[in-house]
Amino acid sequence: MLINHPILGPRDASEFVYLGDANLIHRPDWQAEDALAQFTKYGYLRDNPAGEHRELWFHEQGDRSWLIVTRNTLTHEISKVEMARDVASAEGRSK
Amino acid sequence: MTSPNRLNGGLIDRDQPLNFIFDGRQYSGFKGDTLASALLANNVRLMGRSFKYHRPRGPMTAGSEEPNALVELRTGARHEPNTRATTAELFEGLTAKSQNRWPSLKWDAMAINDRLSSFLTAGFYYKTFMWPTSFWEKVYEPIIRKAAGLGTLSHQPDPDNYDKGYLHCDVLIIGAGPAGLAAALTAGNSGASVILADEDYLLGGRLNSETHTIGDESGADWAAQTVAELQTMPNVRVMNRSTVIGSFDHGVYGVVERVSDHRPKPLTGKPRQILWRVYSKHAILSAGATERPIVFENNDRPGIMLASAMRSYANRWAVTPGKALAVFTNNDDGHKTAVDLTTLGVRVTVIDSRENAPSSGSYETIAGGRITNTAGRLGLTHVEVTTTSCTIRSLEVQGLGVSGGWNPNVQLTCHQRGRPQWDEALSAFVPGGVLPKGLVPAGAANGVFSTQWALRSGQQAATEVLGHLGKKSETIAFPEAEDAPAKIEPFWHVQGAKRAWVDQQNDVTAKDITLAHQENFVSVEHLKRYTTLGMATDQGKTSNIAGLAIMAEVSGKNIPEVGTTMFRPPYTPTAIGAFAGRSRDEHFRPVRKTPSHFWAEEQGAVFVEVGMWLRAQWFPRAGETHWRQSVDREVLQTRNSVGVCDVTTLGKIDVQGDDAAEFLNKVYCNGFAKLAVGKTRYGLMLREDGVAMDDGTAARLAEDHFVVTTTTANAIGVYRHMEFVRQCLFPDMNVQLISTTEAWAQYAVAGPNSRKLLQKIVDPEFPIDNEAFPFMACSEITVRGGLRARLFRISFSGELAYEIAVPTRYGDALMRCLMKEGEEFDVVPYGTEALGVMRIEKGHAAGNELNGTTTALNLGMGRMVSKKKDSIGSTLSEREGLNEDDALKLVGFKPVDLANPVPAGAHLMTKGSPVDAKHDQGYVTSACYSPNLGHHIGIGYLKSGDTRKGEIVRLVSPLTNVDHDVEVVSAHFIDPEGERLRA
Amino acid sequence: MRYSGFRVIKEALTGHRGWGPAWRDIDPKSSYDYIIIGGGGHGLATAYYLAKEFGKSRVAVLEKDWIGGGNVGRNTTIIRSNYLLDGNEPFYEFSLKLWEGLEQELNYNAMVSQRGILNLIHSDAQRDAFIRRGNAMILNGADAELLSTEQILKSYPFLNVDNARFPIMGGLAQHRGGTVRHDAVAWGYARGADQRGVDIIQNCEVTGFKIENGRCLGVDTTRGFIGAQKVGACVAGSSSRLMAKASMRLPIETHVLQAFVSEGIKPLLPGVITFGAGHFYCSQSDKGGLVFGGDIDGYNSYAQRGNLPVIEDVCEGGMAILPMLGRARLLRSWGGVMDMSMDGSPIIDRTHVDGLYFNGGWCYGGFKATPASGFAYAHLLATDTPHQTATAYRFDRFATGRMIDEKGMGNQPNLH
Repeated sequence: MLINHPILGPRDASEFVYLGDANLIHRPDWQAEDALAQFTKYGYLRDNPAGEHRELWFHEQGDRSWLIVTRNTLTHEISKVEMARDVASAEGRSK
Repeated sequence: MTSPNRLNGGLIDRDQPLNFIFDGRQYSGFKGDTLASALLANNVRLMGRSFKYHRPRGPMTAGSEEPNALVELRTGARHEPNTRATTAELFEGLTAKSQNRWPSLKWDAMAINDRLSSFLTAGFYYKTFMWPTSFWEKVYEPIIRKAAGLGTLSHQPDPDNYDKGYLHCDVLIIGAGPAGLAAALTAGNSGASVILADEDYLLGGRLNSETHTIGDESGADWAAQTVAELQTMPNVRVMNRSTVIGSFDHGVYGVVERVSDHRPKPLTGKPRQILWRVYSKHAILSAGATERPIVFENNDRPGIMLASAMRSYANRWAVTPGKALAVFTNNDDGHKTAVDLTTLGVRVTVIDSRENAPSSGSYETIAGGRITNTAGRLGLTHVEVTTTSCTIRSLEVQGLGVSGGWNPNVQLTCHQRGRPQWDEALSAFVPGGVLPKGLVPAGAANGVFSTQWALRSGQQAATEVLGHLGKKSETIAFPEAEDAPAKIEPFWHVQGAKRAWVDQQNDVTAKDITLAHQENFVSVEHLKRYTTLGMATDQGKTSNIAGLAIMAEVSGKNIPEVGTTMFRPPYTPTAIGAFAGRSRDEHFRPVRKTPSHFWAEEQGAVFVEVGMWLRAQWFPRAGETHWRQSVDREVLQTRNSVGVCDVTTLGKIDVQGDDAAEFLNKVYCNGFAKLAVGKTRYGLMLREDGVAMDDGTAARLAEDHFVVTTTTANAIGVYRHMEFVRQCLFPDMNVQLISTTEAWAQYAVAGPNSRKLLQKIVDPEFPIDNEAFPFMACSEITVRGGLRARLFRISFSGELAYEIAVPTRYGDALMRCLMKEGEEFDVVPYGTEALGVMRIEKGHAAGNELNGTTTALNLGMGRMVSKKKDSIGSTLSEREGLNEDDALKLVGFKPVDLANPVPAGAHLMTKGSPVDAKHDQGYVTSACYSPNLGHHIGIGYLKSGDTRKGEIVRLVSPLTNVDHDVEVVSAHFIDPEGERLRA
Repeated sequence: MRYSGFRVIKEALTGHRGWGPAWRDIDPKSSYDYIIIGGGGHGLATAYYLAKEFGKSRVAVLEKDWIGGGNVGRNTTIIRSNYLLDGNEPFYEFSLKLWEGLEQELNYNAMVSQRGILNLIHSDAQRDAFIRRGNAMILNGADAELLSTEQILKSYPFLNVDNARFPIMGGLAQHRGGTVRHDAVAWGYARGADQRGVDIIQNCEVTGFKIENGRCLGVDTTRGFIGAQKVGACVAGSSSRLMAKASMRLPIETHVLQAFVSEGIKPLLPGVITFGAGHFYCSQSDKGGLVFGGDIDGYNSYAQRGNLPVIEDVCEGGMAILPMLGRARLLRSWGGVMDMSMDGSPIIDRTHVDGLYFNGGWCYGGFKATPASGFAYAHLLATDTPHQTATAYRFDRFATGRMIDEKGMGNQPNLH
């Protein structure tokens, strides 16, 4: 597979390390009343679709950026690659 | 030596005779021959035995799809089983041996199976060998296994090298027949970067096996000229002996180039094979087609082959299997064999299953005839022909060419789970469904069978691809070429045959397929798995379609309804060595060496693998005969005076930015916000699931600058995790990370004299006495008159200790310097073993304790998990299952009988309780002999261990026959109050 | 039809005309007491044990394609019970005991071959971990033996000890481990279930669940609605897709695992061998092919195919310990999709819907579990209580913090 890195262009997927579902950037609020339940869902439950899947890849043998890759789990076709930090920042996730 | 079956002509070099040996006999052939063509030239048709019934077999094909003529090639460590005689290029001195027979190819004792074949039908083993109960494993299976397999492996390491390479191109063209050559010319002329790959050593595909002309030239000449022209183009890479083995995601193709297989051994410095990973924008599949057989009684004798193979042997290699031949065909193509062989002076009779078969003046055609039996134990002698009038004729022949039509080589179109489509007119599967992205099939691979149309098809495919690339190519006017329509009338098998082979290698007969149907193994996958149809080394290339056709017939379906099995990589069987490349033996994985490695080598250190690293395990001295002597000495000398250990392998991560402290507050479960500049703190990192992930220290060198250490094993994973936290969870924090593991050489200097030693090298403007530089202090300093360094007063051993870091290139010098300056203190270098002993004596957790299932609570650090702040893992660490009343706690173990060991991996039982899993109380994680205490000690996890100190528990290791009592003690065997490290 | 020596001889002499179908092809009835979704090894075994052990008669297995086409038909055929944790070891040992009696139980020779499995040890820390595991196995009633390198070389004289990147420091052996002819397991259970009245319905895909008032009343299929008292999902690899139809999200990701077989070669490897410093394990089939595999590709995929880097990685592992393999040829690769669970261990449990049960999350270790999984699932379906060896395989273990994490990798499925 090739991943079209937004900065570096197409790179072989073997340069990357896979983490999984991009929802892992949606870490719950630790002070929420049902924080334990929310963290359990966050940590353990997955949509796992057969089709388009947003997922996290780390360019370990490259520029060490985390990417959010939109990839079809049936065809492996990649339709979008974003910098995870940009996405997370745009979603207002911060300190 | 005479070659009775050698004809005139051919593409062999008669000026270069080559001697070779098969089954101990010497023969000769010519350069350009394959082993199979050379053997046929010498009137050797018998080349192998089938898998199950050990039937005598000769070559069925002239290519890589060969199921029968498999031999063991070469001798010694280069011995190579299951090599297709049909593709093995002849070289001087080639030595080959037949396989899967005993004692000889002609007299094979296992041929008894053929006599027992009525018992050995498809799936027979599932129904039998069950009585008496114990006999399956004791008697039957050993017999079956002994008979299993085809050739033998040498049991010696493969002496050859394999390389890997990476290529990029606009267009990968797979197959250099007429379509591929036309495509390559078209694409090459446009300036696109082109790779043309073909498995054969001679490019041209069927053009080299046919008598067709292109314009005024022979097809072979045209191919040679075209290849020569392509080779002059700088943008075209022509690769022969190169098989495209698989189509993978995003235009990646695997190509195996057989660099040296045509030589006795690789030239010096050359690999045997290269696995190329080709990154293509587009690909053109012009891999041609494979002829398929017709199934009839005893259709497997040596001398019976595909009609196209017979033609290849005659036209390309100038060889015939005999002087009188027959051809059995259901289509016009079979007649070409008769025409070509007749022209070469061989008598041919054609049996054409079609009643309206074309007739010829130069050979006899039996229209509407079929072959109903054959004879000849070790080689064909007669065929029995039943005519339309049901009269039976016996023809005396030495060879029979069989032509059942052609199957496009669609395999690569299916590697990404596309399914081919049935073409009724061609009676064949053609590329269909969803093809790999960017792949365009052309020529015979796309069901375009005439030369003329193959050329056009190749050109069209290239033009289409160039259009996508935004490139243009002038249309090439190819000369007129053969343009015979493919006329075929499906005819798959001769009815009523009792023993008619569908899959020749695996001995699957038409009857087996009928039986599978009868037992409800009707789905194509069930058929395959129940009968083993198509699972031979030809991957079903010569057998699948006939099998499907017979299943279709007996189940009243048509062929596409029965289906087709998946085609999966590799296209042809591929040497495992090629996939491994250079990553084998000691080069399996890279070796990382520490900055003091060469110095340690000089000291005669014994090294140990720690992940990719090689670390000094201990440093033996003269007179020491056992590793324990060295380790005990290193431990005692360190604790008594001073020792130095290379700890560079620990991960180091630089954390900088205004939010650095806040960031560490997130990744460590304990707090870092209030850590003073110039101080170091132990940190425990949890995974989000609340389990301990790693531990280390974070040293605050400035308000906005920390240096974090990790364990050796987790250095890479922790850095990845921290980047995840930074980029994905807290993207707006002002903090940057970089791994500096390789940038700094770091040594632990431990022992009561460590300060004195360091004072000799640390520049005097940096006082390191206990007041100026107390326990857990850290500072950027200089040593030896200005070399920048970092000093941390941290201790893994429990002694007064420091870790000192210098830029890696000074690492070797620093070690030598410490050793020299330390002479007055009798300084000792210590290895990982002594390091381990001292940390167990001190009760420090390491990898064995942080095993991915243990929490801060288990480690006795439950209170470290701050509840006042959010950190990774803090919420999920509160789950009830991780906080049970009798949770495992880290404690120490001391043998009651001090002579006993405390082996790691042993389990713990309450005294008096049964010894079984239900009563398991915990386990020992790390253990050693403590030279300071004079007995073995261990640390490990015990249920409610923190409240059981003083209890005697039973330590059992039934695996290693250990069973004795140990006392539960504190894990801190040495200096529990921590006075030494603060001294 | 019972298979016997007499019968085999009689049929051989009379042209094999008497053999009947191994199982009947049947149209679905309008309702059943028990519907098992998924005609793989586990589903067929569940149906078999429901009929045989629990006397249930109105049982159907619904298979979307052909039976045995999932992971029971695409694995490396290994059986073993060399687990560490108490949540797992008794279950896998129960499974191994069922394997040991399988031929007689089913009157079908699935070629259970206890040739032994050997895990090589390459470091002191690994030895410590294997000793702990071997002890756990013995304490659970399984067999385990710690072998020295010299002992290993007697059976595997060609192992690379001279030029190894990682030294071979011994191994943990389980002699009762081995291999089984994988397809035959599905067929044997299918035949046994069929003989006990179970309806095996191929080409019948479940398209939805009929759930009313929190109770599952049956399933919609490509062959119409079929009612049921109890519905058991058993479709590892497709679990998330199926259970999404009941609005469930699972602690599971779907990943692809490739496996490989070489051309047939004469007997070489006596048992199953695994290389602990790389990702490689290998055995030799009764036909002579070296069956080997390694790591999963590592990304979510339903594609049943993998990519080149993993093939290379696996072969590198092979050449690290068996450098003669260079001259053997890889004949065929295949890919299966698996339920990779959040702790590497399976789930056999009820769901929040009454009458709807779940069996999945087998990661790439489901084949060896087939008999026990079927038995335990049948037990749960029939009695609504978990089988004594499968009490830990609950959905709520993630919420309560009682994970069964053999490898200690945490909630990252591709590392298990």
